[in-house]
Amino acid sequence: MTQAELRLCSLLLQEHFGEIVGKVGNSLLRTGPRPLRLLVGDTGLLPDQVKKALCVLIQHNLVQYEVQPRGSVEYEARSERILRILRYPRYIYTAKTLYGDPGELLVEELLLHGHLPMSCAVARVADRLTETMEDGKTMDYTEVSSTFVRLADTHFIQRCPVVPETPQSAKAPPPPAPALAIAEKDMYVVPRLSLVGKGKRRHSCDEEEEGEHKAKRQKQEGGSSETPPDDGIYWQVNLERFHQHFRDQALVSAVASRMDQTSSEVVRTMLRMSEVTTASGASHTQPLSSNEIFRSLPAGYNIGKQVLDQYLALLADDPLEFVGKSGDSGGGTYTVSDVGTRTSWTPPSPFPHPSLIPLLPHRFGSRCARIFRLLLRKKHLEQKQVEDFAMIPAKEAKDMLYRMLSENLVSLQEIPKTPDHAPSRTFYLYTVNVMAAARMLLHRCYKSVANLMERRQHEMRENKRLLEKSQRVEAILASMQATGAEAAQLHEVEEMITGPERQQLENLKRNVNKIDASENQVDETIFVLESFIESTTKRP
Amino acid sequence: MAGRGRGRGRGQMTFNVEAVGIGKGDALPPPTLQPSPLFPALERRAAPLPGGEEGEYMLALKQELRRAMRGLPYFVKPGAPRRDIERYSDKYQLSSPVDNAIDWNPDWRRLPRELKIRVRRLRKGRTAPLIPKQHVALDKEETIKKLESLEKKEEEVTSEEEEEKEEEEEGKEEEEEEYDEEEHEEETDYVLSYFDNGESFGPDSDDNGDEAVY
Repeated sequence: MTQAELRLCSLLLQEHFGEIVGKVGNSLLRTGPRPLRLLVGDTGLLPDQVKKALCVLIQHNLVQYEVQPRGSVEYEARSERILRILRYPRYIYTAKTLYGDPGELLVEELLLHGHLPMSCAVARVADRLTETMEDGKTMDYTEVSSTFVRLADTHFIQRCPVVPETPQSAKAPPPPAPALAIAEKDMYVVPRLSLVGKGKRRHSCDEEEEGEHKAKRQKQEGGSSETPPDDGIYWQVNLERFHQHFRDQALVSAVASRMDQTSSEVVRTMLRMSEVTTASGASHTQPLSSNEIFRSLPAGYNIGKQVLDQYLALLADDPLEFVGKSGDSGGGTYTVSDVGTRTSWTPPSPFPHPSLIPLLPHRFGSRCARIFRLLLRKKHLEQKQVEDFAMIPAKEAKDMLYRMLSENLVSLQEIPKTPDHAPSRTFYLYTVNVMAAARMLLHRCYKSVANLMERRQHEMRENKRLLEKSQRVEAILASMQATGAEAAQLHEVEEMITGPERQQLENLKRNVNKIDASENQVDETIFVLESFIESTTKRP
Repeated sequence: MAGRGRGRGRGQMTFNVEAVGIGKGDALPPPTLQPSPLFPALERRAAPLPGGEEGEYMLALKQELRRAMRGLPYFVKPGAPRRDIERYSDKYQLSSPVDNAIDWNPDWRRLPRELKIRVRRLRKGRTAPLIPKQHVALDKEETIKKLESLEKKEEEVTSEEEEEKEEEEEGKEEEEEEYDEEEHEEETDYVLSYFDNGESFGPDSDDNGDEAVY
């Protein structure tokens, strides 16, 4: 937990959940697992406020609790989950591209509320979709629930751990906190619900009537609340699956840029076939036979079997090792047996470290990037060799190497010729320590996102008065338009915001948009670096 | 003795500088004597942000999410600070967010028991004072529903007050006051935000009173 991560986490919590939750989260992150009393003491807030904040955090899976052997409950903040809040727009956009609007809204509702039961989620999404449709049309629940089932089948959403069934005659007092658990096989099972209904639309004309009816109905329901049929079964978004999807996308685009469109399609097919069968952290997918791949190619691609085999051979031979050959059909030689060729192909999912390289030209120049790439390939080089291989004049090469050295992107490795390590008789080799460089860049990314967020908040604070004024004017305009005012009156109201103020608002909007887009961009880099570090540390 | 050698030659280092590539007579960059500046000058312009449909859609999504999260009950707003004494204008202030109420219903079975904010008084006890009010005209029914939901919240607040401050009467008075406040809010002609306490004109009179006595 570096300082930069801590700062970013507390900024994220404060922005999305308010001051109180931010303080509680911050305290938990800095001090580690704590019971409630100590947490109240640390933060200096009222106990009820702290309880409320903890409920919110647990609801969103950002804090987990554990019952200690002595009976107290300790709360621990999950920093890596808090950092995912940055990535919510990307998840929602991916769901939209894969499953359309119902999918997008389902994922959005689940992310906003932490976890929801299926009936609740489907109802909300249907209502939202109905509002955007034309008058008279409503969204049926069945379409939304079928999208839900598809999301669950492809593992994009999963069930939350459930409360264990307590026996009716429990002699011991109930534990202070439930121990939630779920079996692996149950995680994606959708309960058999018959969700019938249509989305409700809010009518503006007879709103008062509805308001009364609703109020009455709520009163009745409040008395006898019927438990929904899927009570206790909550669903949450499976972030790891989304990450796997992003990695697959990056892999496919890397293949496409290196080879051609068709080979990327082949790789995409292989990845899609092994989507559900591969564990998320595995370095290799399950072996797939070329027959299976041929059968699963998308309909538009009618390449022959021979061509496919050629592509697979090309992919396997590629030095970047996207695809590996992991066996022949019964026997050492590659023969065509009666059942058909059954060589297995496994696409690995390492994150190639070439992804570090695009970052460099922006800071140091394209020549530095050339040197860096050279060092990555050749591992260790002397000063003279760097100049020769990179074809850069000595003075410039020296300068660039020292700059990168001072930023700790490259390091010096000493190889002594004599036991006394005399400097005149030692080799000094430049090398890149990839893991250290990756971690350092990741730290920098966290810091930049935190800086961007602070700057954005600063900009909003500076122009708060102006923003409030413009909001009021918009509200007035909207109400006047609803009651049917003339153009002259509307114009007068618009004039309340003067020219320079309008200019200032434009500037503010442009700046905030730029900062937001940058945050999204940095988050993509964070994803790449984190995946790389994770995949490299896992392999022994 | 230890100082000898310093200053002679440009800067002796423990290893042979020629091997690393610093030749004789080359100018080294000046030593850094202060921490690096807070906003270092940009040597080259940053690459342009990726635009396009995807980037813009995600940007809009991000801003939408931020706005939506502020409206959800999960955004915990701090309660209004308690005043030292009750003021007459408190009746006419718009109700501030209550500290101890939870606006959404979490599934309490999934949470540790100590986190549950308990509601002491049963709802049934509260329906008694409402009965006489049901004779009010039909257009007041909506107000009553609003009042009931406010009362429920008030119960939670007042239950905590009972425990902590042991002032039962204050709880009841606050409920009734708030109850009345709703009626007053609809009927009064005055713009409530213009309500002035009149406090600034108060205290001096006491001091003068002491001195003026002969």
